Amino acid sequence: MGDPIHQFNIVKYFTLGHIGPYELAFTNSALFMAIAVLGIGLLLIGATHNRALVPGRMQSFAEMSYEFVADTIKNTAGTEGMKFFPFVFTIFMFVLFLNLIGLVPYTFSVTSQIVITASLAFMVFFIVVIYGFWKNGLKFLKLFVPSGIPIYILPLVTFIEVLSFLSRPISHSVRLFANMLAGHITLQVFGGFVVMLGTMGIIGWAGAILPLAMTIALVSLELLVAVLQAYVFAILTCIYLNDAIHPGH
Amino acid sequence: MDAAAAKLIGAGIACIGMGGAGIGVGVIFGQYLAAALRNPSAAQGQFGNLIFGFAVTEALGIFSLLIALLLLFAL
Repeated sequence: MGDPIHQFNIVKYFTLGHIGPYELAFTNSALFMAIAVLGIGLLLIGATHNRALVPGRMQSFAEMSYEFVADTIKNTAGTEGMKFFPFVFTIFMFVLFLNLIGLVPYTFSVTSQIVITASLAFMVFFIVVIYGFWKNGLKFLKLFVPSGIPIYILPLVTFIEVLSFLSRPISHSVRLFANMLAGHITLQVFGGFVVMLGTMGIIGWAGAILPLAMTIALVSLELLVAVLQAYVFAILTCIYLNDAIHPGH
Repeated sequence: MDAAAAKLIGAGIACIGMGGAGIGVGVIFGQYLAAALRNPSAAQGQFGNLIFGFAVTEALGIFSLLIALLLLFAL
């Protein structure tokens, strides 16, 4: 049985150049991100190329994904949040496609790299902070001072609010990363059971049916998790943006 | 006890934390289902809140899993 962590190794394909002491390399991670971006682009451009009043299958997909994200933003951040629709839609589609591509055997799941999810999460975090101060000025700080709290407990509550605000990018990134990592490790371990039992001859083959069935069930679960985590990442982005648009509880 | 054995035991202990998150996620979905059966017309509007609560609860379980993975593979 292979090392279950091996599938997350970054492989360098070729070097693009150097920035100071850092090497800029084209890796398998970059390759699958490029595939995802190309896939999303071609799919959405192709789907909306021949627009019809009665949408076909591809156009329905594009329209449904648009409406799905638009409804999510309107429900969580209000109509003012639609300003951020391109950003949230990009993040949702990017994470969704990376998650789904990662489920295909022998591919690389980019979202199981903490550096990718952390970059996305910190991007959201800084957009919230910068936009919040730019739009509301110092009133943005009201976010940390909930109204209707007795004065003697207010410092403690404010401290907790600040702490929970600062830990958002960590939980935002680790949630996606750890979900994908744990799912892929579980699949690898159960797939390894099938191979181990398969080498034991006829009795092993009969026994291997159980982990094989488990692997198939896990793949469908991972399919659910891939879509759900992309949705969770997008909805949390909306909820954090809502704090920047409407600070104060 | 040598360090390698302590790491494995520590990883096992860290995974206990996921049980708490499991209870939490079960409570969230159970309560949502109970409320949705009482008032099905209001259920769709609360789906976003359901997913938000699920995500926040699940994160805590994921943290303990992360500690276990760090103990096993990174440290």
